[in-house]
Amino acid sequence: MNLAHLSDEALLALCERGDEVALGELYERHGAVAYGLAFRILRNEMLAEDAVQDAFLTVWRTAGRFAPEQAAASTWLLTIVHRRAVDLVRREERRRAQPLSEAAEPVAHESAEDAAWLRLERERVQEALRQLPDEQREAIELAYYGGFTQSELAERLGQPVGTIKSRMFAGLRRLRDLLDVETKEQRWSPRQSTS
Amino acid sequence: MEPETIHELTAAYALDALDEREAQTYEAHLRDCERCRADLRELQQVASALAYAAPAAPPPSALRDRIVERAREERTNVIPLRPRSRSRWTPVLAAATAVAAAAAVGLGIWAATLHSDLDSSRSARARDAQALAVLSSPRATRIPLTGASGALTVVPSGDAVLAVSQLEPAPSGKTYEAWVIQGTTPKRAGLFEGGENGLVRLTRPVPRGATVAVTVERDGGVDAPTQTPIISAKATNF
Repeated sequence: MNLAHLSDEALLALCERGDEVALGELYERHGAVAYGLAFRILRNEMLAEDAVQDAFLTVWRTAGRFAPEQAAASTWLLTIVHRRAVDLVRREERRRAQPLSEAAEPVAHESAEDAAWLRLERERVQEALRQLPDEQREAIELAYYGGFTQSELAERLGQPVGTIKSRMFAGLRRLRDLLDVETKEQRWSPRQSTS
Repeated sequence: MEPETIHELTAAYALDALDEREAQTYEAHLRDCERCRADLRELQQVASALAYAAPAAPPPSALRDRIVERAREERTNVIPLRPRSRSRWTPVLAAATAVAAAAAVGLGIWAATLHSDLDSSRSARARDAQALAVLSSPRATRIPLTGASGALTVVPSGDAVLAVSQLEPAPSGKTYEAWVIQGTTPKRAGLFEGGENGLVRLTRPVPRGATVAVTVERDGGVDAPTQTPIISAKATNF
């Protein structure tokens, strides 16, 4: 069955009805980003795999709770992946805090078309991050990629928790403007059908 | 916490930068605060865009098939949340479906909506729905049962639901009793009768590494198990 013409939202509806082929298609579309995120946070292949697998199975079990009028499916899915990875890194105490730019970049094996799209998106978001004031970028990166709580960040950076909160708030707001995020952005676009 | 202070947690929540207790406080606040729900929708979307900035890392090629395979297994083994007719879960499920229709990105928004839906419900339904909330938590871990078809579902707080599929009703004068065993001491964790789909919210939290077991005991339960467990699950990793 070829599901390439369906939106992410339609695939979630199929997941709710127990169609695991639809889950496979969601993985085809978002698995690479999900794994890249989990690996960035966990720095360990097995843990990253666990996080991605758990997250996709959570999607599978709870697809009926997704509300398409509230968010893009990719947002929902990546939120679940992120939370799972952060839960794991806090448990494993394996968090790392070096800046994004110092992280090793393994060679990806993606289709040329997907790789191009992902590379552009990666560059776009990295560029937006670079434009943030240093202290906002630091707070956001340590929280999102490092898995640190705001209290841990306050201690680590020697700032009051209120200051950390303000930096995260201001930083995300600024990123929203830089990325031109609309309230409900649809990232999905139909892929070329191969059949 | 002061209300103004709570609003300021939205960005931290969107970045998953709250600890468990703070996250719960914030989720409780969300149910009453339209402003925070709107802010969160937006900031969660921005936060999820950060996923794309992580360096590319190729997932193992077997991961996709493993996920699909596990999903297929769950479809056949999972305790159906959709009730059979005359199931006593129907009211809860109706509530949950309405919630799902109205709910949100935010796993937190969903939780808050669920809770507010329940505030007006009777406590028995609230108890059932707590079980449902554990089963559907994004932080939940499912551990297959030994001895019966079903699973133990645990969230990081230790809240746990035992879901046993097609368990014979307990014999006359007997009851099923659940136990949480840490070390060598079993502690009582709830009574249930079996039959239909047994969803049992354990009455005590499950510590990491503990074993959950079920024995058949006399009506009213006992303080320490007298029988060999018929069902068990070890909560090693959640």
